[in-house]
Amino acid sequence: MNRTLKVASLVAREVWLPVLLVAAWWWLSAGSTSLYWPALSEITDRFVDLWFFDHLLEDALPSVVRLVTGFGIGFAAAVVLGLVLGSVPALEDATRPLVEFMRALPSVALLPIMMLLLGTDDDMKVVTIAFVSTWPILLNTVEGVRSVDPVLHQVAAGYRLSTWHRIRYVVVPAALPQVFAGARVALSMSVVAMVLTEMVGSPGGLGYFVLDSQRTFDIVAMWTGLIVLGLIGYAANKAFGLVEARVLAWHRGYTKQKEDQR
Amino acid sequence: MKAQTTPDTDAPDTGAPGAGVTDPIMQVRGLGHSYGERQVLKDLDFEVGRGELMCVVGPSGVGKTTLLECLTGLRRPSEGQVLFDGKRIEAPPRGLAIVFQDYSRSLMPWLSVLDNVVLPLRSAGMAKAEREATAREALAEVGLSDFTGSYPWQLSGGMQQRVAIARALAYRPAVVVMDEPFASVDAQTRADLEDLLLRVREHLGITVLLVTHDIDEAVYLSDRVLALGGKPAGIRQLLTVDLPGPREQVTTKALPRFAELRSQVYRLIRHV
Repeated sequence: MNRTLKVASLVAREVWLPVLLVAAWWWLSAGSTSLYWPALSEITDRFVDLWFFDHLLEDALPSVVRLVTGFGIGFAAAVVLGLVLGSVPALEDATRPLVEFMRALPSVALLPIMMLLLGTDDDMKVVTIAFVSTWPILLNTVEGVRSVDPVLHQVAAGYRLSTWHRIRYVVVPAALPQVFAGARVALSMSVVAMVLTEMVGSPGGLGYFVLDSQRTFDIVAMWTGLIVLGLIGYAANKAFGLVEARVLAWHRGYTKQKEDQR
Repeated sequence: MKAQTTPDTDAPDTGAPGAGVTDPIMQVRGLGHSYGERQVLKDLDFEVGRGELMCVVGPSGVGKTTLLECLTGLRRPSEGQVLFDGKRIEAPPRGLAIVFQDYSRSLMPWLSVLDNVVLPLRSAGMAKAEREATAREALAEVGLSDFTGSYPWQLSGGMQQRVAIARALAYRPAVVVMDEPFASVDAQTRADLEDLLLRVREHLGITVLLVTHDIDEAVYLSDRVLALGGKPAGIRQLLTVDLPGPREQVTTKALPRFAELRSQVYRLIRHV
């Protein structure tokens, strides 16, 4: 089958409903005089004005940088810590209540203490994002490491694999599907943390833009900010999915094959 | 416990358990193992000769896997010791490769067939070009040259176990220890794998220690059969299989001597 046609049909399956809804929004809001529900045409005009490219560079880009940095730090810390805790059951048992507690803390509740300790600038924002993304990934990594098939540990011991090779070729790949499941949860929590920290922190970023527009009664601008946020969240998820599909290519075929056997 | 009766008396001379072989590569001395209060293995003494193919048979649950784990250094026995090439085994030694029963669990699903075979060679410190060549050679030996790039789970069960065998061969061991390696494949594949093992062993001159619950398989493959029985399990008999080689699925199994040996082992094992 023609490859372009296949891609086109996949895209069409995903976008037909959003397109339909936007069209409905456009038609229903046309000529609106409401302050809170401006016409979509008005929003799109302002959107182009604002986001190409002044605010894209001033607000959206720094937001994305903070998101990627914070999430990256959280991911790396969680995986390293998870490998250690997952390999030492006694340590994991001892720290589990603490980790569960940390994970249960809503990110909003952290803001006052984070601001007290780290101020209102980038440090506070990035650390908060890193903090909230760590816990779900950590818990899943521990779970993944502990679920490595004992036979594989015997293979590793029997063939005298070095510690590094055990981690690199046995434990990490075995845990990776779980790590990614945790990371997906952590990613959406990171986006929330990004918006929140920007709303309370020093001026700048998408969260600040949305809140500031609302406070200055520039409701149309506020709407454009929400759309940008939605698009960024969507893009982040898509990018994540692409990385996952690449890294876990074996896993998809493997699980599908397991199911077919049943 | 029932008294020991007939099976021992009509057996040909097989040597007392623990009788020395001329050039032993593995020596088992007073081996015993307990899980807490429950003793599984007791007073095992035997030797495996260099180049020999020995099968360990016994009913399921007799402690074959425990024995195998003690022999390979994966488990520390609670009594006695195992010598490999004259040295006491504390951990799996370099000259020993293991083939596990469940191929679907012993191969890494995230590594290609080639990378699965290569992995132990990485840790052994072999250079990249050499380990790939060695792995390809081993895969050719088991007839899988065309599947090096596949994932193991894309192959049939028999082929997956051949990958596991290739992994063991590429490791260039003196001894291959196999834990019911053909128990999870169909009968035809099983026969093919048995003959593959005989061929490879002939070709490479390796020592093979194979654990099985299948008496036909044990008699067909072995130079000697070690029959385990009892609770805790001990050596029932160490029996020399005096069948002519090379073995062949149809003709060997049609020999009257094959039938004799097979019923002899059968009685040894069934007679608990």
